[in-house]
Amino acid sequence: MTPQPLWLLAELTYRCPLQCPYCSNPLEFAGGRFRNELSTEDWCRVFREAKALGVLQLGLSGGEPLLRADLEQLVAAAHEVGLYQSLITSAYRLTKDRLAALRRAGLDHVQISIQAADEELSNYIAGTASYRDKLAAYRWTRELGFPLTVNVVLHRKNLHQVRDLIRLAESLGAERIELANTQFYGWAFHNRDALMPTRAQLDEGWRVVQEERARLGTKLEIVWVLPDYHEQYPKPCMGGWARSYMTVTPAGEVWPCHAAGRITTLKFANVREHALEWIWHHSDAFTRFRGDAWMPEPCRSCPRKTVDFGGCRCQAFLIAGDAGVTDPVCSLSPHRHLVDDAVAEIEGTAAAEAGEWVYRAAPNSRALAAKG
Amino acid sequence: MTSPAPDAATVPRVAAKARLQWDEVRQRHVLLYPEGLVALNETGADILALCDGTRTVAGIAASLQQRYGVEGVQQDVAGFLEALAAKGLVVFGMPGGLDSTP
Repeated sequence: MTPQPLWLLAELTYRCPLQCPYCSNPLEFAGGRFRNELSTEDWCRVFREAKALGVLQLGLSGGEPLLRADLEQLVAAAHEVGLYQSLITSAYRLTKDRLAALRRAGLDHVQISIQAADEELSNYIAGTASYRDKLAAYRWTRELGFPLTVNVVLHRKNLHQVRDLIRLAESLGAERIELANTQFYGWAFHNRDALMPTRAQLDEGWRVVQEERARLGTKLEIVWVLPDYHEQYPKPCMGGWARSYMTVTPAGEVWPCHAAGRITTLKFANVREHALEWIWHHSDAFTRFRGDAWMPEPCRSCPRKTVDFGGCRCQAFLIAGDAGVTDPVCSLSPHRHLVDDAVAEIEGTAAAEAGEWVYRAAPNSRALAAKG
Repeated sequence: MTSPAPDAATVPRVAAKARLQWDEVRQRHVLLYPEGLVALNETGADILALCDGTRTVAGIAASLQQRYGVEGVQQDVAGFLEALAAKGLVVFGMPGGLDSTP
């Protein structure tokens, strides 16, 4: 029996005032495929259909979701159908009045990113002076009674700040801090050489996390998203392809995860043309890798196939050029050497020698698209 | 947020960040919270519905015993609530509303 989805990530727009070089959005976000954003009515229908299909958790993301002038309306509509809503935002230019309006509309939880523990580095990584807006928004979030998650994407340039970041989240009264080691998709894959940490950095970061967890107990939940290039086995990406999760992109394409749009061998359906239920059950993108009938060796006969589901299809496509093979991160994959090579290349270089990144910005997006 | 084990006089309530809700598609109650959910059986949902910030653990147990015609459930109720409190989904107060949790 086909499972029912629990999670919907609504990428409301790919416009964003920040330019983080690890952004998971598509490299070609500024192109025509994503520009024709869904209307308020479209999104309200998507929320109703999602709830009827079994979705309980809604992430309102982007790009920067605050750039949608109808965000309050969308939150009210999702609240009315009973979705538990998280706003995933940079908080750039957010005001307390708007946050209060979102609270009244029924928003449940706020997740605000920060790029580093100090202003200079945070602004440098974001490519936009946004640190002070974030600190103000953290305080308002707590004052208004929202549960707060502080989200930090970790990489070579900020992994040394793990302790400072945890202390910052603690001082803000956050419920959770998500320390998300960079997953290499979208802009992060393009900027991989500049972002990839060393093994020593990761070991130290993990050691600090364990120390701080012991100190803080249940006062602050510290989530450590594994750096999968440095693991032996792949992550159970999305809990398995098309098992519990779907992403609706700004112009209405529906993907089994927020990186899947890059897989050129899949056909994606659009909510403008199909009901969400049909897309979940019958569209090419959702049915292609659901279950385990698609699996080649070494997955097919592997006892771990019910644990990690063959890993990540997007990673297989990006690294091995074929979305239908074992995740190259797996030590049993015939493509593992491609991951080892990428990791080894970084190990020899000092932090200061790491490559330059390309910021996630519309002109860079168009230039990269033109280059192919 | 280290919650002490609840005793008979503890007044539990569902934490502000969590929401008890009926899941029509799967025909069960769920407790929703940031980035997660707990699926509940009927008894679990009944216990949480009684966690209204006025009833004590003993009071909740008495209600359940009356409803189901059973006895001696107080320890089970306390254990269930303690497990949710460990995840920050239930908070404990004393009668009169003074919370024991920061």
